[in-house]
Amino acid sequence: MVKGAEVVIIGAGIIGSSIAYYLAKEGLKDVVILEREYPCWGATGRCGAGIRQQWGTEMNCRLAKGSVEIFKGLSDELGYDIEFEQGGYLVLATSQAQLQLYKRNVALQNRLGIPSRIVTPQEAKEIVPILKTDGLPGAAYCPTDGHANPFKTNLAYLRAAERLGVKLYKFTPVVGIEVKDGMVQGVITTAGRIETSKVVNAAGGYSAEVGKLAGLEIPTHSERHQIMVTEPLDGLFDPMVISFTSGLYCQQVPPGSILMGMGDPDEPPSHNLSASWQFLQRMAQEVLRILPVLKEVRVVRQWAGLYNKTPDAQPIIGEAEKVKGFYMAIGFSGHGFMIAPMTSYILARLITGGEPPISVERLSLERFERGELVIEPSVVG
Amino acid sequence: MDEEKIIICRCEDLTLKDIREAISQGCTTLEEIKRVTRCGMGPCQGRTCLPLVAAELSRATGRGIEEILPCTVRPPLMPLKMGTIAGAEDG
Repeated sequence: MVKGAEVVIIGAGIIGSSIAYYLAKEGLKDVVILEREYPCWGATGRCGAGIRQQWGTEMNCRLAKGSVEIFKGLSDELGYDIEFEQGGYLVLATSQAQLQLYKRNVALQNRLGIPSRIVTPQEAKEIVPILKTDGLPGAAYCPTDGHANPFKTNLAYLRAAERLGVKLYKFTPVVGIEVKDGMVQGVITTAGRIETSKVVNAAGGYSAEVGKLAGLEIPTHSERHQIMVTEPLDGLFDPMVISFTSGLYCQQVPPGSILMGMGDPDEPPSHNLSASWQFLQRMAQEVLRILPVLKEVRVVRQWAGLYNKTPDAQPIIGEAEKVKGFYMAIGFSGHGFMIAPMTSYILARLITGGEPPISVERLSLERFERGELVIEPSVVG
Repeated sequence: MDEEKIIICRCEDLTLKDIREAISQGCTTLEEIKRVTRCGMGPCQGRTCLPLVAAELSRATGRGIEEILPCTVRPPLMPLKMGTIAGAEDG
């Protein structure tokens, strides 16, 4: 193992891998990634991998749109097909009040160059022919939202980073972070110590535990979220279909499988990764309400992953005020994959002292102490 | 035999060449190969292919077959219709 590094990144998911890539691209020569398991083990390899730009705050719209611009060229840039497809997102409304909120969001999105629009139930059925539209007040739709293969996107960033000199250590847990006079000094792993003045916490579901190693109390917690997937079918519909009311999301993904997930409001904080029968049943019941023809389709697999949640369901991006050199890209609260390209680029710019293209000052760790939470209405629980 | 003509995973149409490529790209566990290639993600859920991949991984890395850890078993153990799961079949 190396003795020292300019930057040590903890976590080889999409966030850690893309930060490593952008740091190396900015010219850093000694970047190390430490991964407790293997790349894609955590939330990235377990996520729905939808890419949505339909947000309710300007900052999130800009982060999401910027990420889509990067996703579009990513297969070419990284030399690895990430299977990015722009099949759109259809966001179902369940009440007139929710539809009114979508109208305000669409106005904001359009002002920022995101081509979303409100659609009638009839238009929604043209977009998703198998959708049951009885009682549907309407929906919001953005044709340039999409989906990518999360494993391939993660590995594309990682392999490109390694080609630029980044070193990855798999199966290498971090057991300590040395801090002296409020500054990072080094990282201790089960395989040895690495001297460094900069650490990046990209540990996803274990972000609070990594924070503790540096003496920081980070207000994130992890929560199990489950997904199930069907046998592959011929093309039935292109967009991701979601509901903010039930928390359901459902999309047909390569090679034709229909992937679907849904949160559970009663899920307690934990690192539980076991799949439950209760989820399978709730999910099937909920999805058959809107896509009833799927009742004949077989489920082949279900699994669980962790949302790493903050009190306002918005990520923590930036350097800790109390520990200089301790950077964070954590607490994405279920939507890390879709904004990873832009947020990781921004964090890399913050580390190298460059100007970030979008300000993320509002996403500081200290906002929670100051009570300055980010209010975003468009989060899928 | 031609490694491009040896099918390892029938569900996802993967050949021995695909598996060897994943190993040469740095995969050292079955879980990693599954994520990179989709091997074992089809309707059979790896019952046919993963033992073959384990044998290949053992050969390529020089580790005993007993050291190659199996993938996490994901429910349901056999494909189930959504209508059956929801308890809504036949109305």
